[in-house]
Amino acid sequence: MSAIIEVENLRKSYGSDIAVDGISFTVQAGECFGLLGPNGAGKTTIIRMIYGFTPRESGRLSLFGTDCDGAWRSLKAKIGVCQQEDNLDPDLTVRQNLETFAAYFDLPSNLVNDRVMALLQFTALEGREHANVMELSGGLKRRLVLARALLNEPQLLILDEPTSGLDPQSRHQLWSRLDDLKQRGLTTLLTTHYMDEAQRLCDRLIIMDHGKILVEGKPLDLIRDHVGKSVIEVIAPCSDLRMALKEKGVVFEDVGQRLIIYSNDGENLYRDLLSEHCREGCMLRPATLEDVFLRLTGRELRE
Amino acid sequence: MIGFNLSKRFIRVWQRNFRVYQKTWKISFVPPLLEPLFYLAAFGVGLGGLVGALSYGGKTTGYTAYIAPALIAINIMQSSFFENTFGSFVRMYYQKTFDAMLATPLTIEEIITGEILWGATKSVIGSALMMIIITCFGLLHFPEALLLLPVAFLGGFAFACIGMVFTSVVPTIETFNLPIFLFITPMFLFSGTFFPLNNLPGWAQLFAKVLPLTHLVELCRAFALGRLDVSNLTSIAYLVIWCVIFFPIAVTGMRRRLVR
Repeated sequence: MSAIIEVENLRKSYGSDIAVDGISFTVQAGECFGLLGPNGAGKTTIIRMIYGFTPRESGRLSLFGTDCDGAWRSLKAKIGVCQQEDNLDPDLTVRQNLETFAAYFDLPSNLVNDRVMALLQFTALEGREHANVMELSGGLKRRLVLARALLNEPQLLILDEPTSGLDPQSRHQLWSRLDDLKQRGLTTLLTTHYMDEAQRLCDRLIIMDHGKILVEGKPLDLIRDHVGKSVIEVIAPCSDLRMALKEKGVVFEDVGQRLIIYSNDGENLYRDLLSEHCREGCMLRPATLEDVFLRLTGRELRE
Repeated sequence: MIGFNLSKRFIRVWQRNFRVYQKTWKISFVPPLLEPLFYLAAFGVGLGGLVGALSYGGKTTGYTAYIAPALIAINIMQSSFFENTFGSFVRMYYQKTFDAMLATPLTIEEIITGEILWGATKSVIGSALMMIIITCFGLLHFPEALLLLPVAFLGGFAFACIGMVFTSVVPTIETFNLPIFLFITPMFLFSGTFFPLNNLPGWAQLFAKVLPLTHLVELCRAFALGRLDVSNLTSIAYLVIWCVIFFPIAVTGMRRRLVR
């Protein structure tokens, strides 16, 4: 395996505001790598530095084994980007959007037609090629953005919150397209606020906050290491429960009207709780990446 | 990313704008065709009846023939200035077109160069259309009047650059009213457009000479009426220097605005 992205001690600040504070990670060929973190954690800034939109302040960045300084034009030709905000060209049709974008990459015109047809098919947009972009739903727009990012047959696909605001059908459709791309060996860098999405798509990921990496690893490893196998949620807990849990030495979080208990032996603990403390309002579920995320980044609002 | 990274790929940005224009050309063609008709009717026939003829370049010239080239000059100024203020701002701020382009091998220099060249192109298209109408009135002197087309490109480029400079600094789209009111409107009135500059007091004449539209009007009038003069070279030089100064300022300003 060879490294597609190598980031070392990456830094970026805006005035006194440090957006990215010494980040290092490596993404191998064929991997799907996730960047997770609350709003303002620095995810988009990192992504923008990687595709050459935002200049680095310091740190080393190499893509496809090439150091990034000065080689941007040839590197960008190998990267496909789905930016966070919708920036399709509203003045053009679906097909014209793709053709115009292909021209930015200087793709030869005999190639463009084939690729456009193949991508319209891949993203299930056939029959809408002459539709006005303004008339498309959110899901269709996202699919078109994906098709547009694949026009140059990139070796690295960068997705900045690809499914924000989509309905479940559209999300699952987009995920299965991303599965297809992964099958073909495409390397993907992804940011998302949906932990189920990260758990579903990412081989490895980092959770970051305030410009720094908190943890890095495979989703299941992170869950095992930072939360355990299962989680018990108790709604409106009685006062003696807190005491009992402390005596047992069980790890739990107190969020007012709700206790969140992390455990590797969830089933036995759950049985005990049911028989001794609470008849209802107690729920056992498998631990998820969301639990890891909230444990590490806290529950207070960011913006 | 530092330095001036410009390849011929800027043409792709121009082509994008041209493609959009092809969808709306029927509407875009209307103003340059109707505007000269309105102005020639109001100023030429209406006001011209009062003014009669005036002396231009030592020769007696009808008032309608005198203002017709100025109308072309004003159109050159407005076409590119509006394209690279309102038009570019909408693409930059609302449509995020430049952000999408910056994720491709296009550089900021190519995007802004393509935009400015597109503004200049709109000036040329507008001038060509106006020339057709004005020719119908027999107010253009050919073949010299054909020089209006390269002049339209030069003047269009000059006003495209300054428009882009404003685009790089305005906080909101409404802010463009300020340069329009303080820069475009005074030029429209006081650049030798509707009356000869020597009707103004000396200080005002001097001030007018600093304005780019004054030089554009001089060139348009000389070429439209077929009265070429050595002083035309000064005006051309003025507009070229204007471009040389404001083109890099526009690119630098837009880089500062877009690349964060």
